[in-house]
Amino acid sequence: MEQRRYIELFTNPASVRLEEIPVLDYDRFLDFLEILMGEEGTHCVSYFVVPGEHTFRFICCMAADENHALVLFSHEQPRDPLPSIPSITAKHFQFHIFEREIHELTGIRFEGHPWLKPVRYPYDRYDRSQVMDNYPFFNIEGESLHEVGVGPVHAGIIEPGHFRFICKGEEVLHLEIHLGYQHRGIERLFTTGNGMIGKSILAESIAGDTAIGHSQAFAGVTEALAGKSVPAGLHRERSVALELERMAVHIGDTAALCTDIAYQFGQVVCEALRTLVINTTQLWCGNRFGKGLVRPGGTNYPLTPQIAETILTNLKEVEERYNAITKRIFTLPSVLGRFEGTGTVTPKQATLIGAVGMAARSSGVYRDIRWSHPFAAYSGLSVEPVMLQKGDVWSRAMLRKLEVEQSVSLIRELLQQTATKEEHDSTRNGFLRPDYHMEFRKEALAISLVEGWRGEICHVALTGANGEICHYKVKDPSMHNWMALALAVRSQEISDFPLCNKSFNLSYCGNDL
Amino acid sequence: MPIKELNIFRRHGRQFIPDLRKVVLPPVFRGRPVLDAAILPAEAARVKELCPTGAFGTTDLHGVEGNAACFIDLGSCVFCRECAFALPEKIRFTNDYRLAANTREGLIVRQGEDSCISLDESRIRKEIRTLFRGALKLRQVSAAGDNSAEMELNAAGNVNFDMGRFGIEFVASPRHADGIVVTGPISENMAEALQISYDAVPEPRILVLAGADAISGGVFKSSAALRRDFTDKNPVDLYIPGNPPHPLTFIHGILDLLGK
Repeated sequence: MEQRRYIELFTNPASVRLEEIPVLDYDRFLDFLEILMGEEGTHCVSYFVVPGEHTFRFICCMAADENHALVLFSHEQPRDPLPSIPSITAKHFQFHIFEREIHELTGIRFEGHPWLKPVRYPYDRYDRSQVMDNYPFFNIEGESLHEVGVGPVHAGIIEPGHFRFICKGEEVLHLEIHLGYQHRGIERLFTTGNGMIGKSILAESIAGDTAIGHSQAFAGVTEALAGKSVPAGLHRERSVALELERMAVHIGDTAALCTDIAYQFGQVVCEALRTLVINTTQLWCGNRFGKGLVRPGGTNYPLTPQIAETILTNLKEVEERYNAITKRIFTLPSVLGRFEGTGTVTPKQATLIGAVGMAARSSGVYRDIRWSHPFAAYSGLSVEPVMLQKGDVWSRAMLRKLEVEQSVSLIRELLQQTATKEEHDSTRNGFLRPDYHMEFRKEALAISLVEGWRGEICHVALTGANGEICHYKVKDPSMHNWMALALAVRSQEISDFPLCNKSFNLSYCGNDL
Repeated sequence: MPIKELNIFRRHGRQFIPDLRKVVLPPVFRGRPVLDAAILPAEAARVKELCPTGAFGTTDLHGVEGNAACFIDLGSCVFCRECAFALPEKIRFTNDYRLAANTREGLIVRQGEDSCISLDESRIRKEIRTLFRGALKLRQVSAAGDNSAEMELNAAGNVNFDMGRFGIEFVASPRHADGIVVTGPISENMAEALQISYDAVPEPRILVLAGADAISGGVFKSSAALRRDFTDKNPVDLYIPGNPPHPLTFIHGILDLLGK
């Protein structure tokens, strides 16, 4: 009988015993990967190494969008001598970031990897002689070329990162993005004590602008490890929170895009609308970013009928005003002149680099976890991803507008369901408090995918023989999408960089962890 | 202005908050905590156990365990409110957003205390009020901040809060600034850039730490990826608690420092 090559999971989040994930030899691993990559819509959501006593175990998690499944398989390499294996990236570029990350942490070499550069200079990196100051920048010699370095400290109140441009006059030939300044050792902190409350707060702090997205991914992982089912009412509340977060950031980004093209009217109006949305979240849970709202197994802030009422009232206000201002924004010639055709990422490029979330959808790549791997309340909503094809700044701005509209109708639908469902009464009278004392399956893996406003968030947790989390992997969508920004600015004017950058609004701390 | 924009403008209304000192945040906002005088040692021990950042303490400032009153250190508190959920009768979080202090001790809220947090006037350097009262330009440096504190600092200057009305503003270059505002727990990878930015500000200069992460390391306190000697090496003029600090917390703190 032939050995199983993979295990398929059909829930999200899901958990599986580690021994159930087949271990293949590397050739068979690559063969099987080749078959998967040949299928439409299949992409890698996480690929990482778990160091064992004598071996490195490489676990690969692929999302098969069409089948709504997660496919897990693995291979093992000896720890000594340090392995050097053929790179997957050479053939499938979307693996570049995962192989770079593995290389940085373990020293394992990938033969034929075109770009085996540091990702974030983690404190527990394999080679401590690699330091921030001597990042190996790509360079081109030429009399007519010059380099522009920006950062880590930028002109505005934003996070640090370094951008190195190679320009010919005003034209950008190449941009290299050097990150790592934000590294806080998050993954390691998930495995060192800290308790469940501390870990929940840690998840909220992975990227403060995605507090709800990341804390939901963490809650999913813990609930899957504990085999705990979450009541439908709580699922709906989490989805409402997630859509509020999406709305707030998309509206805030509409404002920021207006700022970058000096359209102050659009900026000011949208800023005020974002304020209204985040203040609505504050009214629900006491924090404008939704910190504290999502907790494993339950909630401290149940969605009462009064709060639901306020959300609906404010939603109507935001919807009408956002509609009016975006109608204006997207018909003004001076706006369109800056947005259209600027910073284009083609569908081919987006597929190649494994772009996710709104960066993928605005470049014609059909990818949305709410549709492909529905979590929380999304299985009952049938979300149709918002799609645009051109991949320019206009598309990314317009996608935000359309997704805000979609979020508004999703929240209405969710609140409607809440109002009609019976369990609502039980929620009101005695809602489920968070469970900080869950017992986890031993020697298991749990994976949780969440479509945050940027895109696909993936958390993977492994437990040891004592049922404690012994390995934790976080993937923020930015890890894939930074490369999209680098491609977008090629052959653009350098003065359009801020606009291109804002149109993606990627996370520095989400990448640096 | 075209008719279409006038209509949008009308719906937009007046966003400006006329008197920032009078704003009342919703009751659910997690501001200054109050610890009941009747908390029993056993209860305090239980709460201390669950506090994720060690903000809840039962020892005195010298680390001596005893029958000293329990306290919450707002410099470490991430305002998760879990202590109040565990002990709802005896711990509550008020909606008081005036949380800033100019000394580390000023951030300690002791058992039985229910008074506003204020600055220790005797510890404010004289030149701050003589030189910066009329106008204060600040350079913000995010040293591994999670982008929420950064967004709230941006919001402090927006159409609602408009701290520009007081002559307080964030500027692009440290050379143009009178001080530095730090957010984030200060990663090893950012420590040098932060020090360089600080050194680039002409003296006299002020240093403000915004958010639990910046003040104490917050939930990252135990991480080996941090390098926090910056806060020991350089004199801190203002601590602004929060996770992230609310724009009003920030503005009020700065106004109090300037004596405005």
